[in-house]
Amino acid sequence: MIKSIRTWILVVLASSLLVACGQGGGGSGSKKSKTLDNTKKAGFVKCGVSQGLPGFSNADESGNWTGIDVDVCRAVAAAVLGDADKVKYTPLSAKERFTALTSGEIDVLARNTTWTLSRDADIGLTFVGVNFYDGQGFMVRKNSGINSVNDFKDGISACTNTGTTTELNMRDFFNSKNIKYEPIAFEKADEVVQAYDAGRCDTYTTDKSGLAAQRTKLSAPDDHKVLPETISKEPLGPVVRQGDSVWEDIVRWSLNTMIEAEEYGVNSSNASSLKDSDNPAIKRLVGAEGELGAAFGLDNEWSLRIIEQVGNYGESYKKHIADTNILPNRGPNELWTKGGILYVPPAR
Amino acid sequence: MNLKNFKLNLSNKNKDLIPQVITVLLLILVIIYFTINAQSNMGNRGISFGFGFLSQESSFDITFSLIDYDGSHSYARAFLVGLLNTILVSAIGIFFATILGVTIGIGRLSQNYLIAKSAEWYVEIFRNIPLILQIFFWYFAALRALPLTVDSINFYDISFLNVKGWYVPRFIWTNFSVFLYSIILAIILIIFLSKYAKKQRDEFGKQLPTLYISLGLLIILPLTTFLAGGVSLSFEIPELEQLSQTVYVYKGGVSIIPELISLALALSMYTATFIAENVRAGILGVNKGQKEAAASIGLTKGQILKLVVMPQALRIIIPPTTNQYLNLTKNSSLAAAIAYPDIVLVFAGTALMQTGRAIEIISITMLTYLSLSLSISVFMNWYNKKMAIKEK
Repeated sequence: MIKSIRTWILVVLASSLLVACGQGGGGSGSKKSKTLDNTKKAGFVKCGVSQGLPGFSNADESGNWTGIDVDVCRAVAAAVLGDADKVKYTPLSAKERFTALTSGEIDVLARNTTWTLSRDADIGLTFVGVNFYDGQGFMVRKNSGINSVNDFKDGISACTNTGTTTELNMRDFFNSKNIKYEPIAFEKADEVVQAYDAGRCDTYTTDKSGLAAQRTKLSAPDDHKVLPETISKEPLGPVVRQGDSVWEDIVRWSLNTMIEAEEYGVNSSNASSLKDSDNPAIKRLVGAEGELGAAFGLDNEWSLRIIEQVGNYGESYKKHIADTNILPNRGPNELWTKGGILYVPPAR
Repeated sequence: MNLKNFKLNLSNKNKDLIPQVITVLLLILVIIYFTINAQSNMGNRGISFGFGFLSQESSFDITFSLIDYDGSHSYARAFLVGLLNTILVSAIGIFFATILGVTIGIGRLSQNYLIAKSAEWYVEIFRNIPLILQIFFWYFAALRALPLTVDSINFYDISFLNVKGWYVPRFIWTNFSVFLYSIILAIILIIFLSKYAKKQRDEFGKQLPTLYISLGLLIILPLTTFLAGGVSLSFEIPELEQLSQTVYVYKGGVSIIPELISLALALSMYTATFIAENVRAGILGVNKGQKEAAASIGLTKGQILKLVVMPQALRIIIPPTTNQYLNLTKNSSLAAAIAYPDIVLVFAGTALMQTGRAIEIISITMLTYLSLSLSISVFMNWYNKKMAIKEK
């Protein structure tokens, strides 16, 4: 009940906000950023996260949010406000997330959101990068005798979330294999898990990271396995509103800084001591050289604060995804220098 | 001077009219202002507005549909699927809520202590638990309680109940239209018959056995189409098929999904409590003297209820029950929580997400619920008028 009411309120809010803001849309143009000004005035970054996905954005009993998506918001807060804890988190369902962003209820959406053409181009959003390369997979019961997607047959039932790219990929996949299937789509991940656990469906399909995280919620996690095949590309990344290019750059380079810091071996414990490093790239990262912050109206230590307070990408991944046993193997989310595909433009 | 004349010229009627006209004009201006503002803001934010997306390919599938649908159909078609599913679950819900509600409402007035008390407890329990919790309860309780496909509960080898749904035989008709026409014909004949019977009763005091003749018509006419009209009916019985080591599925027949069953169950059990209270209030609202008078002229208990109490009670029962029907229809939007593909899940959910057209889709959805509710209202108002006292 609360959920659907929330959605409606959000939409109404969205429309009224659109109305209320008058002509003051996104301040595109020179170095003025309305979002940045508002954020500084408010004293916190308004960040949209999931309603609970271990490893990405998940709140503990005392309401502290952790995860690699949360770390993107923390990085932006560290860069803009000087304190990574100055973030206001808004948990959003898949359905609510874009409306919340376009209406201005949040300024950064870091909610394991897949970057697609239609989302980027069509609905007033801009994706700023990728903080997790994922792909859709299937989970089945170990005793089912299904060892590969090739074992699926006509009549199989598949549970998933509504309002995600998963629903579309599922159709593409089963159609290409010419398999008739029964799609059962729930609004919230928790209900998908419960229904799959109860045997309502034979397989549960979503992003592989999600499968790994949700498996821990099943009554007997060891009775289930994720099939080896990946049926789609799911580059997950933070999103901002279209039209405020300065804010867009801040979020993009906050994420890039974390990845670049890992590449150069700069981490939360050694960052400040590297100010007199011999490597100019490192010196730029810790704010000892160049005037990079000025490009988006920040001081020169913005990137140092990100690394010190949030850590580099590797630290974030280890803490939230590897050490929690969600996906211990980094796979494609390894640096390009170590065989992965994480590659960011140079910060200079 | 002019102003004074103008004022004097105002008749009483105009005095009443002018403030109303001004209010309406203001309202229209406000709406225009908001629309223009919203449009320009959406423009600034790079959001386009339009309904062109309705004809695009939806590219998502839906579990359960009353009409032919798959992802290659349009969003408009997906909307229709969702709408029909909403109407289906509301209709089933209203049907069972009414039966259950009337039964329990009468039960609460029973002389039998056990019946009255159980009816009271039923009402107090089910109306005081939030509906969404009841929906979750029935859904997940049912899922946990029902066996897996391979050990389905078997009804005489033709129908099977398991965690994936209730599988019933599919009817395969030949010349179904002939059969349908025969039923329509029977109904028309019954209407004429009842009019004739009423006339006979009013004018000559003759009682015709209308009920038996009607039943006979309704059975014999369709039956003859089987013998003479080339109509035949066969059944497709669901069959168990093994997909892999432990994965089984029933194929053929019709599958009633557990989402529909539990949603309809929760909606009707919840709404029945309110209808029961309406029925109780309606019956209690009929003056005791009416019943005594009816008894004194020798009517039986059944006749008293049917001819004296109910016609008067209905006048009290119908208006608040209309509200309950409307509530039930609107409450069916909670379907999204348990994956029943109603209009909210399909259209205001998946379609909204895929297209990002929040304002358009929510407007359409709101308008749809409004029209649904208004249709129910119009029908119930008509029925209420029919039942109202006719001043003679």
